[in-house]
Amino acid sequence: MAASLDARGRLGQRLLVAPALLVLVVFMVGPLLLMGYVSLLEKGTYGGVQWDVFSGEAYVRFLFERDFDDTLLFNPDYLRIFARSLGLALWTTALALAVGLPTALYIAMQPPARRNLLVFLVTIPFWTNLLVRNYAWILLLRNNGLLDGLLRWMGVTDGPLGILYTDTAVAIGLVYSFLPFMVLPIYTSLEKMDFRLVEAAYDLYAGKWQALRRIVLPLAAPGIAAGCVLVFIPCLGAYVTPELLGGGKALLIGNLIQGQFGVARNWPFGAALAFALLAIVLLVMMVYTLRFKRPAEGGR
Amino acid sequence: MTDLRRFPGTRAVAWAFFAYLYLPIVVLVVLAFNANTTATIWTGFTTDWFGRVLANADIMRAARNSLTVALIATACSTVLATAAALGLARRRVRSERAATALISLPLVVPEIVTAVATLLFFVLIGLELGLLTVALAHTVFCIPFAYLPIRARLAGMDPALLDAAADLYAGPWRTFLRVTLPLLWPGVLSGAMLAFIISLDDFVITYFVAGAGGTTLPIYIFGMIRIGVSPEVNAVSALMLVVSILFVSLSYLIGRRAG
Amino acid sequence: MPVAAAVSLRGVTRVYHTAGEGETAALAGVDLDILDNEFFTLLGPSGCGKTTLLRMVAGFDEPTEGHVLLFGQPIQGLPPHRRPVNTVFQSYALFPHMSVAGNVGFALEMLGWPRAEREARVAEMLDLVRLPELGRRKPGQLSGGQQQRVALARALAPRPKVLLLDEPLSALDLKLRKEMQIELKRLQRETGITFVFVTHDQEEALTMSDRIAVMRSGHVLQVGSPRDVYEHPRHRFVAQFIGETNLVGGRVVGEADGAALVDLDGGMRVALRADGVGAGRPVTLAVRPERLRLAAGGGDGDGGWPGTVGEAVYSGTDTAYHVALDGGPTFVVREQNRAAGTATAAVGERVSVVVEPDAWQVLED
Repeated sequence: MAASLDARGRLGQRLLVAPALLVLVVFMVGPLLLMGYVSLLEKGTYGGVQWDVFSGEAYVRFLFERDFDDTLLFNPDYLRIFARSLGLALWTTALALAVGLPTALYIAMQPPARRNLLVFLVTIPFWTNLLVRNYAWILLLRNNGLLDGLLRWMGVTDGPLGILYTDTAVAIGLVYSFLPFMVLPIYTSLEKMDFRLVEAAYDLYAGKWQALRRIVLPLAAPGIAAGCVLVFIPCLGAYVTPELLGGGKALLIGNLIQGQFGVARNWPFGAALAFALLAIVLLVMMVYTLRFKRPAEGGR
Repeated sequence: MTDLRRFPGTRAVAWAFFAYLYLPIVVLVVLAFNANTTATIWTGFTTDWFGRVLANADIMRAARNSLTVALIATACSTVLATAAALGLARRRVRSERAATALISLPLVVPEIVTAVATLLFFVLIGLELGLLTVALAHTVFCIPFAYLPIRARLAGMDPALLDAAADLYAGPWRTFLRVTLPLLWPGVLSGAMLAFIISLDDFVITYFVAGAGGTTLPIYIFGMIRIGVSPEVNAVSALMLVVSILFVSLSYLIGRRAG
Repeated sequence: MPVAAAVSLRGVTRVYHTAGEGETAALAGVDLDILDNEFFTLLGPSGCGKTTLLRMVAGFDEPTEGHVLLFGQPIQGLPPHRRPVNTVFQSYALFPHMSVAGNVGFALEMLGWPRAEREARVAEMLDLVRLPELGRRKPGQLSGGQQQRVALARALAPRPKVLLLDEPLSALDLKLRKEMQIELKRLQRETGITFVFVTHDQEEALTMSDRIAVMRSGHVLQVGSPRDVYEHPRHRFVAQFIGETNLVGGRVVGEADGAALVDLDGGMRVALRADGVGAGRPVTLAVRPERLRLAAGGGDGDGGWPGTVGEAVYSGTDTAYHVALDGGPTFVVREQNRAAGTATAAVGERVSVVVEPDAWQVLED
């Protein structure tokens, strides 16, 4: 009898969840698998894909290029792009952490009313258009732009600034785009922290710095990890920022992929690159989940 | 006593953070009113650029497309997300975590990867790229954005309330209409607004699956930026900013008011 | 004329299967009859199954085995909204988005009562729980005690056959609790509805109930009136859970004049009325502290058990003397402080503990 009550409820619940899951499987999981499949196909003569011809060419192309007589020469170009993307993503994450952590801490220590307002202010840029926000940086960083004008007026520089369309500009833009992603998770962790633990530390003769290092930061660790992951992953696959602020010169994975579907017309290669990116992302997520999610659930 | 809560240096960094965060936005909005075409030397206040933008037929069409897609995607994703949240409530089972992970998949996968995969899918099934494909793609990634606030709202609801309704002779459907839905409604509204903004703002995925006929506002703006800096771009950008901020604020207020 | 059983449970068992832990039985073979128009309490520590039992009557849970009957009709399998039984929840579960009047009238709405009758009944209920002016307010604007009474009014409005109360007073402070205990008793008497009350507070159970069922680990150990359960506990757990008790082991050595002779561990021999206790059997005896008396001296001329006073704990109305009995356990003797200022005995004094006749209870274990 208990079983029938449960079974009725369970069926109803399954029916409710099914449509959403179905949509996601058909339009997300399916296409991702398809992408892997396409990466193993032969590219079409005028772009697109030859659906019935298999070829590992895409993956070969990743590391090698073919000479006139079909010998393989090692081509480090694509590897370099991947390495640069990884490096840039790591740098961005580190910078975001350096700025985001103290900010989150500051906000968490405010009285509740002020806290909510500040969090709201952090959230707003997150919801505005990425294109628009990056465009604003073009305005700021371009030669004869605002920063240039300001520095010249202050006498710091006397020539064109030359920041735009360099790696530096891209880095500035990336940090800018993803900073809220760092602050919010750390803030959430800190907000849940019972401040009385810190008070207890003070009572037991800990100084501010020690309390920070030994009590606050370990408790905020899940948030910090989440923040790093939330910044790192989108950074790795960023397209808009390097495209707008890098001007086609600072090539990252995102631009590379897009190019295969645009000018370069090598869809399998694009699919292979995207698949490689996906693999890296899933790896990071797995590491994160195993390391940071399990102990948390067990402990609490 | 409040001194205990101050950690040295955090205040300075926090203020620098907010400055860094809002400076470009403020600059952009201010420059949109700049009479000068060079856009970096201030010559006077004007709303001309906004007028030009609103008179531009192409921009307006793109805006209409964006709006259409956003409305469709919001409606569909919110319904699906609400159903999913209700279906997953009160289940502390492994399958619940798997389902939530699946729903959150669009949040994890980088946009460019989703864009490529979705494009290939549409090509495979022979669906012509246009507003329909954009709407479909948008619906998919709007689902998690609608889902999360609804789920949070549901989790905060005392499960005894549903028991109480049944105890007081309300059958399952009436319990849903009279108790669950009214209490859930702020979450649903909040989720819908977030989905709406996300859809309006999306660029990368839209860029891949829009084809010739699916130009949305972000795509149009991208094209304009590619050509170069211009006051019209400033104006359009400022408008988009304002719309987004408006919606976020509304969403936030709704969430706050309902407690 | 036998009084009809309002609620009957026959062999009710509820087993849970938890991954990795196998089976846990929340209820094991419960047989219970709750009579019409009585205030019946399910008493026990947390985890004893009392709430599970209540939920089975309400319909939020179903037995794995056994039957639940309402006035002779089986009701298992019926969803809650089809049982003429209403619940007052521990958390009150008032609908936050409806007014007090909306809450109280909710069931009536669901049952299709016409508006005029509904409003009249709501007013009547609010009067009954003494909250006549609060119809328009929202639950969030009420105090804990007021919310509790709204929850009551809401559950009573549709005239249920049985009212189930799941630890409704646990969130209230002491003074309010005591007031509400009297209120609830009054309501039950006035409405004539069967109340099934769940609590872990034994004092509450004693003061409010017509009958109590003491539960532990899914079993019902003893059912009886408060006096029955207090004065004649049949189970060691019941003796200890309700009130204070002194325990001592012994062995039955013989029978004389319908009374059993028991040799207590410690040397004393007592005669007590006990049926069916076989000779040679080890037994546990219990006696309440207030049925013991202190006599002077350490001699056993008055049949008392000699011992030394270890502690004397004063608590206003009485004093508890912890006496270390010679060769036996430490007994707590409660003497009322009739005369102000003086105590019956001082710490370290040699005394004799005298047991009132018929005060010994034989326990099963």
